[in-house]
Amino acid sequence: MGVPHGKADRSASVIIIGAGHAGLAMSRCLSERSIDHVLLERGEVGNSWRQERWDSLRLLTPNWLTRLPGFRYQGSDPDGFMSVAELVAFIDTYAGKIDAPVETGATVRSVIPTSAGYRIETARGSWSSKALVLASGAFGAPNLPAAAEAIPAGIRQFTAKDYRNPAQLPEGGVLVVGASATGLQLAEEIHRSGRPVTMAVGEHVRMPRLYRGLDIQYWLNGTGLLDETWRQVDDIVRARRVPSPQLVGTPERRSLDLNALTDQGVVIVGRFAGVAGRKVQFSGGLRNHCVMADLKQTRLLDTVDAYARDAGLTLGIGAVERFEATRVPSSPRLEMDLGSGEIASVVWATGFRPDYHWLKAPVFDRRGRLRHEGGVVAAPGLYALGHTFLRRRKSSFIHGAEDDARDLSSHLACYLAGTRMPLAEAV
Amino acid sequence: MNMPTKTTGSIDNGVNVEALLGAREALTEAPEAAQFRWKASSRWMRGTHTRSACQGFFGLGEAQSHRTEFTFDTDHPEVFASEDKGATPVEMVLVGLAGCLTAGIATVAQNREIQLKSVTAVIEGSMDLAGILGIDGDVRNGFEDVQVTFEVDADATREEIEALVAQSQKRSAVYDIVTNPTNITVQVK
Repeated sequence: MGVPHGKADRSASVIIIGAGHAGLAMSRCLSERSIDHVLLERGEVGNSWRQERWDSLRLLTPNWLTRLPGFRYQGSDPDGFMSVAELVAFIDTYAGKIDAPVETGATVRSVIPTSAGYRIETARGSWSSKALVLASGAFGAPNLPAAAEAIPAGIRQFTAKDYRNPAQLPEGGVLVVGASATGLQLAEEIHRSGRPVTMAVGEHVRMPRLYRGLDIQYWLNGTGLLDETWRQVDDIVRARRVPSPQLVGTPERRSLDLNALTDQGVVIVGRFAGVAGRKVQFSGGLRNHCVMADLKQTRLLDTVDAYARDAGLTLGIGAVERFEATRVPSSPRLEMDLGSGEIASVVWATGFRPDYHWLKAPVFDRRGRLRHEGGVVAAPGLYALGHTFLRRRKSSFIHGAEDDARDLSSHLACYLAGTRMPLAEAV
Repeated sequence: MNMPTKTTGSIDNGVNVEALLGAREALTEAPEAAQFRWKASSRWMRGTHTRSACQGFFGLGEAQSHRTEFTFDTDHPEVFASEDKGATPVEMVLVGLAGCLTAGIATVAQNREIQLKSVTAVIEGSMDLAGILGIDGDVRNGFEDVQVTFEVDADATREEIEALVAQSQKRSAVYDIVTNPTNITVQVK
C-alpha cells in the first residue's frame, strides 16, 4: 500500500474509532488527562446498538451494574435490564455529559501507519493522529461456518446482526444455530411465533438468572470472577473463546436454558457439523456438551456458595440451589433434509468477531485476529477496547469498559509523553 | 487448571504432561509442524479376513515411524459364516474410541494432578443389520448409537471424575471422528 499523499485535513493527538460505550469511556479518560482527541463514528453515537440489534434485546447485566466512568443508572428499576432504546439513550446522555468530541457520519475507509502515527481516511475527510484507539466493537462481522455457503438458495439465512423479529422470517420451520444468549433468546421468540425451531447446540455456558434470590451478575461481581485479568487466567486464548452465558434480561428475571426451551417444544440437536448434499448434519456430541455445561455451572455455584460463606452473607439470600441436569433426547437428530420443506430459514447465532478490514497495518495473526496484549496492540500507539476478555473477564460488558479504558489511557499517556511505557500488564 | 511441575511429583499416571504442554506451545508457534498424516496399509487375506498394518506416519515436518510395525487382523464372526480370524472392523472402531478416550482421561488427570488407580470401560455400538444387508434403505450401515461406560477409581470426587471424562471427549480425535462427518475419498490406483 502506498504512503498517503499530502497533508491530512485535520489532526488530533488521539483518534478513537467508534463512539459506542467503549469509545466514550476512553474519551472521558483522555479528557481527564487533558489529551486532545476525536471520536470518529460511522453513524450516530451508539450506532451498532441503534442499527444492528434485534427488537426484543435487553442487556444481560442489571441496571445497577450498567455504568460508565463517572456515570451510572439513576432510574427507579435498578434490578431491571435496559432495552436497546434505553441503552441508546443512556449512551447518548453520557456522550453529552462528557462533552465527547464526536464526528458523526465519519465512516472510516482506511487506517495507515505513518512515521508520525496514523493517517485515517474517512467519508468526511482525512485525519492524522499520533495514537489510535480501536473502539468499533467486538461484533463487527458474524462468524459463519464455512458450510453456510452450502445451504441451498431456497433457504433464507439470517445472522443476529440482520435479524429483528420473527415476522421477518418466512413461515415454516427454523434452524437456529448456536446456543449462547443470542441463540436461546432468538430460538424462544421464533418458536413462540409459530415457526417450529430446531436448535443446534455446541459448547455453551449455562447460568441461572437468579441464584439464591440474587442476580447472577451480583455473584460474578462479588466473587471477583469478572475482575479476573488476562494475566491471571492460565490460557487466555481459550478464555477469550468461551461463549457468552445463556442469559436473558426480562422484567420477570427468569432463567433461560435448554430445559426451558425443550419444555416449550424447541428441538435440540448437536452442533452444526456441515452440509452434505441437501442434508444438514449435526454432531453426535450433544450429550457431552450438555454434561460439560452442567458440570461447569455446578462448579460456578460452588464458587459462589464458598464466597457467600466466607463473606458471611446470610441476610437476604436464599438457600443453596442446584438445578436439574440438562435433559438431552436419547437419540438427538443427526441430520435434516433441507429439501423436505421442514425448515424455511436458518438463523446463525454463531458469534461475531471485530471487523478491522480498514486497518492496513501488520497487526493480525495468521487467522486474521488482532495481535494485542491486554489491548496494547502490536504497533506503536495503537490500542483496542471492547473485545471479549481484553483485559478482564468483564471487558465486553458495558461496565467492563471503565477499568480497561483507565488502564489503556494511562499507557497511551506515557506513549504520547515519550516516557518509558509500562508493560501492558502493569497498567 | 494447575500446571503440574516436576516438584509435585507424587501424581504419576505415566503421562508426560510437560512434554505435551511444550508441544502445544511449540506447535502454536509452528502450525505447519502440527500437520500430521496417519496411515494404515492393508492386504486382503481370504474371505472376509484382512490384515492391516501401521508403522509409518508423517508429522513435525518429516516422516516418522512407530518403534515397530503393528498388525491387526479383521474378519467377521462365525455367525456370519466367516472364519473369525480377528475382530470385526466395527469393533476396531470401538477399540479406537476406547483407546482415545482413555488416553485422554489419563492425560487430563495428570494435568489436573489426579492420581488414577484404575480406568476401565465397556464400549458398545448398536447396529441394525438391515442397513448393511440392504434390507431397509432407511436404516444406516453404521452404528445407530454408541454407549461408553467408564469405571474410574481415582483420588478424586465423582464430579472431578465426570469432568475428566467430559474433557477427554472434548479433546478426543476418535470421538470427533465418530460424532462428526468427515470428507472421504476412496479411489482405485
